[in-house]
Amino acid sequence: MNVLTIIINWINAAILAGTPLLLATNGEILTEKSGNLNLGVEGQMYMGAVTGLAAAWLTERWFGVGGIIPLIAAVVFAFLMGCISGLIYSVLTVTLRANQNVTGLTLAIFGTGFGKFFGEVLSNEAGGYVTVGAETKHVFGNINFGNLTEIPVIGTLFFRYNWLVYFSIIVAVILGWFLNKTRKGLSLRAVGESPATADSAGINVTRYKYAATTIGGGLCGLAGMYMSMVNQKGIWVTDCVSGYGWLAIALVIFSTWSPLRAIYSSIIFGGLSVMYMRVPIPGLPRDIYMMFPYIATIIVLILTSIRQIKEHAQPASTGLNYYREER
Amino acid sequence: MTDQKINNVNVQEQPKTPCPPAQDIHHQLKEPLVRMTKRGVVTTRQKVIVYVAGFILALVVGALMLLAIGKNPFFAYRDMVVGSFGTAIASAETIRIAVPLLIASVAVGFAFKMKFWNIGAEGQILAGAIFSSYIVIHSINNNNYIGRLPLHLIMVILAMVGGALFGFLPAYFKTKWETNETLFTLMLNYVAIHYVAYLQSLRSWQHPDSTYPKIVDFATFTNGKVALPRLFGVHIGWIFAIIIAVIAYFYLTKTKHGYEISVVGDSLNTARYAGMNTRWIQIRTLLISGALCGFAGYLQVAGANHTLTATTAGGVGFTAITVAWLAKLNPFVMIPIAIFIAMLQKGSLFIQSTMRIPAAAADLLTGLILFFMLGSEFFIEYKLVFRSKHHAPHIEQKEVSA
Repeated sequence: MNVLTIIINWINAAILAGTPLLLATNGEILTEKSGNLNLGVEGQMYMGAVTGLAAAWLTERWFGVGGIIPLIAAVVFAFLMGCISGLIYSVLTVTLRANQNVTGLTLAIFGTGFGKFFGEVLSNEAGGYVTVGAETKHVFGNINFGNLTEIPVIGTLFFRYNWLVYFSIIVAVILGWFLNKTRKGLSLRAVGESPATADSAGINVTRYKYAATTIGGGLCGLAGMYMSMVNQKGIWVTDCVSGYGWLAIALVIFSTWSPLRAIYSSIIFGGLSVMYMRVPIPGLPRDIYMMFPYIATIIVLILTSIRQIKEHAQPASTGLNYYREER
Repeated sequence: MTDQKINNVNVQEQPKTPCPPAQDIHHQLKEPLVRMTKRGVVTTRQKVIVYVAGFILALVVGALMLLAIGKNPFFAYRDMVVGSFGTAIASAETIRIAVPLLIASVAVGFAFKMKFWNIGAEGQILAGAIFSSYIVIHSINNNNYIGRLPLHLIMVILAMVGGALFGFLPAYFKTKWETNETLFTLMLNYVAIHYVAYLQSLRSWQHPDSTYPKIVDFATFTNGKVALPRLFGVHIGWIFAIIIAVIAYFYLTKTKHGYEISVVGDSLNTARYAGMNTRWIQIRTLLISGALCGFAGYLQVAGANHTLTATTAGGVGFTAITVAWLAKLNPFVMIPIAIFIAMLQKGSLFIQSTMRIPAAAADLLTGLILFFMLGSEFFIEYKLVFRSKHHAPHIEQKEVSA
């Protein structure tokens, strides 16, 4: 294998590994744009992972069909479960005014427990371990582009992915357009920057916070489904999310709250996380490689705080609850 | 359910508002169905009622989840208590789980009181464990067995230095450039976890005959010198944990340092105007917070596990945050709560074997209880006022006629 092939294959693997990160990062960007710092992404992903797998598996079992219908069930229910988790967070922080950091961390603990709990229940139900049928596995596998796949370089770079890869990039583009080019996006950003100002301008702060956090949670749920349905190929693995939720929170900062920059930063992070398999540097142990994404985040955190670029900073009210009567 | 209970209480307490004049009817109709007002004085009884109601609701929701998977929740809850405190051995195991949890809770409590969101207890515990393991591995590899007491003293010092270092880094950058400490401490957790995985892969840290990436069992290699003595079936770390909680209470409430911490937490600007060196206060408190976590890491290595693994902290750092918050950052209250959470964890392991309920039930229940406690706080601080019937005269008239 020459160097070019290694690099091309590495990029391909990076994009595949970066896709759940991209989905979750976009979910968290949407959430944080409304001023909610939701640290529960890891838990939300676990909830989506187990729900998606359960939905696909149960659909196969109850209706005896494989393929596209279990896929739709997995997507819909994982998204809905993510939405529910976002809703729990919103009720607690927006309506009941609980501390955002603690609520998010609780969601992380709860969601992780939820995923592992029902994952094991599902495994017991299936008599050992859960696995979806070959047809369902196939629809979550790479799309068949026919001859396009065989084109040198371009085939591997662009046509050897599952549909969620393209879907997540489209979501990122739509989200970028929504935040920067639409009236509603402007209102949402206003809510995140200064809820009091937005409120006086007649924007319903509560509604925006709820909507953004709930849909953001749904995206995190989908990211979790990717972990169980694509990465683990429809088999329940107890540690299937394995810290990706925390990485997504870091990626939000790395991509400086921009859905479009999240595309390439998630690929970079995906690349860093599969680097030990693809680009072994002699003498550098695998576990040191695994630290790269986290150390990179710390460096980015420090650099952005030193440089203090206004438009690259987090929404001003992130992490703070809005009390209308204390305006 | 909580809402209604509380509202009933409040509606009774409210003085009856007189019937408004007729011309105000139009205005009154615009009043929202529910609005909230801040409570003036909250009695302890009200607080207890709200918290107990929240706790019961959490258990009810947990019971529903157990019912959903076809298990009897009453038996499950009963077995959790039996499995965690039914026998002396089980109780000892429960306390063993509670020890690092209590110390880490006290530690994050210090930082939280300053509104410094240290969620890196996990990493700080591991840092302590790594640093104190160095000296053990060093003495094993060089066949250089120093006495028991010196070994433990060096381990404790190294552990606290390691933990403090992991607390210092985010505090330094936060106070210098306002670097986000939540994510900084979070990332350090993973750096520590992967570093342990790296150490596990090192030949010099493994058992000579090992074919598996695992660090040696310290106790066998040092003739038990590393193992802490036991009292009542639990390694003596539990005594340290209680002493730490008591000292922390007095440190926070009775000393100048504690006062400074609460002022910085309430308002950084006030602290500055008062001439406090807020930067040093934050760094100092994080050094203490990190050092305490490091000490918990030492106890895990020397007392509980006698080795170092990537799960030496095992989620304690995250659970500690919930303990600290449930205790309202009061170190005394953390003692029973840490024991309670440890009971959930030990009890879950028990019902896993007796009832085939997944052990993750512990995390599920911990999360649920904290969700409801977080929600309860709202009902302690605020009360809901429903659109009063007295504002609508025609309804009142009906009541009169009836």
